[in-house]
Amino acid sequence: MEIITYITDIFKGLKSLWKGMMITGYYFVHPKEIVTQRYPENRKTLVMFERFKGEVTMPHDENNQHSCTGCGICETNCPNGSIEIITRKEVNESGKLERVIEKHIYHLSMCTFCELCIKTCPSNALAWGNEFEHAVFDRHKLTKVLNKPGSSLKKEPKEKKLEEVKN
Amino acid sequence: MTSVIYDFTPLTQSIDQFLTKNLSQGWALTIELVIIGLVFLLFYAVIGLYLVLAERRVCAFMQNRLGPNRVGPGGFFQTIADLIKLLLKELIPIRRADKFLFNLAPFIVIIASFMAIAAIPFAKGLHAIDFNIGIFYVIAVSSLGVVGILIAGWSSNSKYSLIGAMRSGAQIVSYELSVGLSLLTIVIFAGSMQLSEVIQSQADGWWIWKGHIPAVVAFLVFMIASTAETNRGPFDLAEAESELTAGFHTEYSGIKFAFFFLAEYMNMFIVASFAATMFFGGWMPLHIGGWDTFNHIMDYIPPIIWYFGKTALMIYLIMWFKWTFPRLRIDQLLTLEWKYLLPINLVNIIIVAFISWKHWHF
Repeated sequence: MEIITYITDIFKGLKSLWKGMMITGYYFVHPKEIVTQRYPENRKTLVMFERFKGEVTMPHDENNQHSCTGCGICETNCPNGSIEIITRKEVNESGKLERVIEKHIYHLSMCTFCELCIKTCPSNALAWGNEFEHAVFDRHKLTKVLNKPGSSLKKEPKEKKLEEVKN
Repeated sequence: MTSVIYDFTPLTQSIDQFLTKNLSQGWALTIELVIIGLVFLLFYAVIGLYLVLAERRVCAFMQNRLGPNRVGPGGFFQTIADLIKLLLKELIPIRRADKFLFNLAPFIVIIASFMAIAAIPFAKGLHAIDFNIGIFYVIAVSSLGVVGILIAGWSSNSKYSLIGAMRSGAQIVSYELSVGLSLLTIVIFAGSMQLSEVIQSQADGWWIWKGHIPAVVAFLVFMIASTAETNRGPFDLAEAESELTAGFHTEYSGIKFAFFFLAEYMNMFIVASFAATMFFGGWMPLHIGGWDTFNHIMDYIPPIIWYFGKTALMIYLIMWFKWTFPRLRIDQLLTLEWKYLLPINLVNIIIVAFISWKHWHF
């Protein structure tokens, strides 16, 4: 009986080896399966993945409005102090004092891409950007102001906010 | 067979006559040796460099990558750039290493593969030495390389190198048997150990076809065992990057490392061309017994093309399974040889002897 298992082992082994070789052989004759990208040539058409962590950005809508209230939670949560927020007080239309961000400063040179700022932001004002070509000749260029000049806080209707709380 | 169209014998003979007419016997011989040496040196360097490139491209395609494609068109000058880099690198002296043996080891490895390449027939008449025991000579000489590997491991004063060298020793001692025995099947069929006669015996069909299943088995065993003998994956325990950093050549740098690297690829080339010569007829065109017109048409394709085509196919096969299979453990390696390849081979040889005795092969 042992001799039979010996011989069947050989054929089983050969079969499984052949199976593996067919997979690599298939890839060899199918260049379409290649997953790597020819980077500098395809710069114009290159689309990064949705979960790619390029840099922290603050999305602005078409009216140049963002949703950052300047609460400072991202600043306190940042483990290495990459975020600084400068705020000022402003009187709004109903006559109350309101906190408005002047500058949301992001130090890309210090960021470890831990995502704590984005995760903890209560108003979802921050998001990941896909830009990854960060090489610069001057270190100061890595300090970025995330809110665009002249931008303002997006005011959401009160009913919608209440609905969100209910949900 | 008188139908060989491309014969290089008149060319080499005319060079020989020219030299002996103008010079004394000794000088003519010396100049001939120098010419052959230079040709092989050039051939060795070019083939070695481009095999490295081919391997990198082939393995890249198998792993869904592109491989080197920046230096020159399609990465054509990549390995030349690598060579220049290696030539410019510092040769790091190892503290408390055996200096003499440390420097000697790469030369032994490279000389072993040089000696083996001399016996390879490239075409009719393009054959540096045609020993009447050519196969025996190649088997003997190609396994000399392990001496260099052992010396390299021993003299480096590094535990990784020593372990790698010892593994290589165990590996070659066991797999040498299978290489020899699988070639012996073809020797039985061909009735000669002279490489030119082995090729002549395949004028009416290659042995892989004429020798029925035993020849196929012998071919498979030869490919497995000779891959192991050249220390290539999946039998690259002697280098084993993940366990032993680089095995026996851990401590080597610069051009000394390049020698080991080049010798590894040349050994692959030698093994591949040997497989092509023994089982697929070497430079002999595809002939089928009885089909005279077909055979005559095939004769018009130059033997060099046949030879390099077959060798390239064998090289591709070796690369294919290197980049498919994971590395074996040392006990699995020895089990494969002593429990599987060797018994199969011995039974195969008996069958071949019987077939040959009864003249059942074509």
